[in-house]
Amino acid sequence: MSQIEKALTAPHVIEYTYKRSLGPVLSQFFTALRERRVVGVRRKDGTVLCPPKEYDPDTGESLGDMVPLKDTGVVTSWAWVAKPRPQQPLQKPFAYALIRLDGADTPLLHAVDAGSESRMKTSMRVRARWADTTTGAIRDIACFEPVD
Amino acid sequence: MSDKKPEEKEGPVQVLQTPVRLEYVFSAGQSASRLLGAMAKGKLLGQRCPVDGRVYFPSRGSCPQHGVPLDGAPVELADKGTVATYSIVRIPIEKVPLELPYVTVQVVLDGADTVLMHLLKCDVDKVHMGMRVQAKWKPREEWTSSVENILYFEPIDEPDAPYDSFKEHI
Repeated sequence: MSQIEKALTAPHVIEYTYKRSLGPVLSQFFTALRERRVVGVRRKDGTVLCPPKEYDPDTGESLGDMVPLKDTGVVTSWAWVAKPRPQQPLQKPFAYALIRLDGADTPLLHAVDAGSESRMKTSMRVRARWADTTTGAIRDIACFEPVD
Repeated sequence: MSDKKPEEKEGPVQVLQTPVRLEYVFSAGQSASRLLGAMAKGKLLGQRCPVDGRVYFPSRGSCPQHGVPLDGAPVELADKGTVATYSIVRIPIEKVPLELPYVTVQVVLDGADTVLMHLLKCDVDKVHMGMRVQAKWKPREEWTSSVENILYFEPIDEPDAPYDSFKEHI
């Protein structure tokens, strides 16, 4: 059988429209985001988890003591995204970063709009840039930006 | 914390939408491209195994039983066939052009030795094994190189096929 010139190609999209029920702790986290606030949860030893968890990762105890946090923090780790993909939070080069918010002891994963890779460094200070409209989702924080 | 005003309160956020979307460019490869190219002309092309002569449709270019290339001349199949098995669907899913409840069937096309899964437009009380069916094609001007050129199968006025002709596909 003769070889054909070129194999056919077609777009193939798989989409799962998941909904998840948040439960009492994450419900408070996302409700706060909708109001442009960030909250964490306090463990028995006084340390604060953000994003909050329902159960203490070490002891398994139920957690629920919510703590207001600032929308500023420090970058503890980062990776530069030179070519953002369509679903990613920014459509220009940005960094994915772990950000420990002021008042928290654990880092939150989010995007940092630093303009260029050379401006990124561990221990840099950042502040949340809030979205124009909020819905109760992590993208209510559009991204973080460096604080000079 | 922010200059922007908080949104109107609408009660606590209790559910999060977390869609997952994977975008691929699917390459059909030589064998399926040939099949789909024929589909654009309204033809159903199967491929024959050189070892035992069984005809595969749709074919991926090699025999799953003997592991040999199916590179002989393609075999043109009829758009008629026999219902080997079926299932009645009562839960809606997207992009199905039939109203609930509808029937999905495994059709053995005349000339093929494999089953093709498709829809059957038929009273759900009438469908049965051995029923003779024929493809309902889209209007010719809407044909593309896609298996979606066949909308569904429909019953035809022919006597049922004998059990032995499709029993291996049950």
